[in-house]
Amino acid sequence: MSPTDLLQILLFLALILALAPFLGAYMAKVFEGRVAFLAPAERAIYAACGTDASEEQSWGRYLGAVLLFNLTGFALLFTLLLTQHWLPWNPAGMTALDWDLAFNTAVSFVTNTNWQAYGGESTLSYFSQMAGLTVQNFVSAATGIAVAVAITRGIARRQARTLGNFTVDLTRGVLYILLPLSILVALALVWQGVPQNLAAYVDASTVEGAQQILAQGPAASQIAIKQLGTNGGGFFSVNSAHPYENPTPISNLIQMVAILAIPAGLALTYGHMVGDKRQGWAIFAAMGVLFLAGLAVTYWAEMQGNPLLASLPVDQAAGNMEGKETRFGVVNSVLWAVSTTAASNGSVNAMHDSFTPLGGLVLLLNIQLGEIIYGGVGAGLYGMLLFVVLAVFIAGLMVGRTPEYLGKKIEAREVKLAVLGMLSMPVGILGFGALAAVLPVALASVQDAGPHGLSEILYAYSSATGNNGSAFAGYGADTPYQNVMLGLAMILGRYAFIAAMLAIAGSLAAKKIAPPSAGSFPTHGPLFVGLLVGTILIVGGLTFFPVLALGPVAEHLAMLAGTRF
Amino acid sequence: MSNLIRPALVLTFVMTLLTGLAYPLAMTGLAQAVFPAQAAGSLIDREGTVIGSSLIAQGFSEPGYFHPRPSLAGEGYDAALSGASNLGVTSGALIEAVGARVAAAGIEGAVPVDLVTASGSGLDPHVSPAAARAQIPRVAQARGLPEQTVRALVQSRTEQRILGFIGEPRVNVLLLNLALDQTKP
Repeated sequence: MSPTDLLQILLFLALILALAPFLGAYMAKVFEGRVAFLAPAERAIYAACGTDASEEQSWGRYLGAVLLFNLTGFALLFTLLLTQHWLPWNPAGMTALDWDLAFNTAVSFVTNTNWQAYGGESTLSYFSQMAGLTVQNFVSAATGIAVAVAITRGIARRQARTLGNFTVDLTRGVLYILLPLSILVALALVWQGVPQNLAAYVDASTVEGAQQILAQGPAASQIAIKQLGTNGGGFFSVNSAHPYENPTPISNLIQMVAILAIPAGLALTYGHMVGDKRQGWAIFAAMGVLFLAGLAVTYWAEMQGNPLLASLPVDQAAGNMEGKETRFGVVNSVLWAVSTTAASNGSVNAMHDSFTPLGGLVLLLNIQLGEIIYGGVGAGLYGMLLFVVLAVFIAGLMVGRTPEYLGKKIEAREVKLAVLGMLSMPVGILGFGALAAVLPVALASVQDAGPHGLSEILYAYSSATGNNGSAFAGYGADTPYQNVMLGLAMILGRYAFIAAMLAIAGSLAAKKIAPPSAGSFPTHGPLFVGLLVGTILIVGGLTFFPVLALGPVAEHLAMLAGTRF
Repeated sequence: MSNLIRPALVLTFVMTLLTGLAYPLAMTGLAQAVFPAQAAGSLIDREGTVIGSSLIAQGFSEPGYFHPRPSLAGEGYDAALSGASNLGVTSGALIEAVGARVAAAGIEGAVPVDLVTASGSGLDPHVSPAAARAQIPRVAQARGLPEQTVRALVQSRTEQRILGFIGEPRVNVLLLNLALDQTKP
């Protein structure tokens, strides 16, 4: 590894490590109601909603509030996309989306997936981007954070019946966290060259006399929240590989930090809110171990280049550059790819479809493990807590004691719910994916022949179920079949986890807290971190390694043997 | 149930006003006041005509110009239809396309990888310094310039890593070609 590559990685990790404790503590304050610089705005919103901010909800009502709010958001976005040709700010004259693409895109943004079956500059009006997508970027992220906070309260409280108030949690998440950070990031991005205007597309006459139409738009404001909210849906079709969306190494660094900062911070918010910071750091560490392992493998694989090009002859000292941008090179493309798949963000600055087989395998696995390596804002934390329940349960089985977590007994109900939530991943990825691998209507979407074609199918259904949104983008996803099925996979992945974890939190909230004794299993040391990482890898491994062997692993072996498809 | 419906509707409405209209419109105003050139797309104006954007690649095929990376945005360098090949490493189509580009490049020895692989956006405005250097003999000959002059120009137009380690060294092809036209049209 070259010293500059190593330094770039270390700088990025140092920035995350420096920001996470600060953000973690701040977010804990926000949700404990100790930040109030926008109190008048808050009060006005609660009054309009007819909500008493001090009135808390049971887990069932909290879930109901989440579902109704998301359903309303879906209905509005779906309608906007179907009628964008009648609405303002449409200088490029975009037509209405087909119903299936509108359904897919609306579901995708409401569930924080941001899968791009749409094409950005070739499909959407400025109004759809702003009043449609940007809004869901904010509120789907705030929904995730709110649910994570409610679940944390459930774990922290003793003999309680309520988890908080969704309206209050959502409003605070937007007003105090997402909006201020977005303003800062958006401004920094414009400084680096990201456009922010409502002008018509520009007609340019190039130096050699050709015509070039330059797409424009209010890009920076959308891109800031797309990263901070781990949404990931691009303003432009190729997302943050587009030089307008991500013009410089500095804009790239800002966006990468924006992807991981809040998810990493939330792990520590958790520690604050349960009253034991070590618990937050244990979860942070487990996430970090998995992150670094994935980064190492992907960097190594991409630097090898493509052996099938070597004899043409091509000088591949720079690594595998198909689908990558010169200003980022391999190191920033890899750092981004691992972050975006770990964090359920799904924005890309290089095309994952053209990664080497093992590089692509890590990206797939990051998603399939449940998006818990920092994960989506909020979603990563509650996803990880689901694995914590399983890890504690397995530890309990090994020593023959009733499993406990933070003084609360983990019993049959919690474990059943955790397994039920977790099962959404194999159902969405393997079940829906298997259908897409046999039905002729779905097989038409596959671009590449050979094992890479299977990887494309797998990636699409992993990304949808894991609410990631990145793609092996050669897969032709904009067909009625794919739009509907991928949309359903997104709904399954998002709400199965939310419902299961809120139910677990509801039942944990009602329990007593037993004081720690000599027999309690500490959940903050390296032993627990190791057990948690082990649980994640065993569950993920048993579920997905067989199919990964048929896709990326087979492709890797074929590549080494010099086979082309 | 009923007292969950009102917050859902009102919150959706309020958040649409706040994050979907107030926020992007305020940012548009602010951006145009503070960074007007960037907010408008970093356009390059020559005698009243926009000839492109310094951030966006445009096609160059004449031998007297440096060539950018291959593009799969639309029909090539279509800045309203960004796109990539998305071909996997074992794809026969990829290997054939790269082989054809190597043959067309007319460069002795191994060709720098970025010059024969398509970028992620199809609009990558840069090539690596190695890819620019490999084109110096062709450009110098077509323009009747000494290689020395062209090499010096490439050198002066090479952007280095920020602080010595952030990003990759690179040359903006459009800006290099404009400088070349100024040296000797």
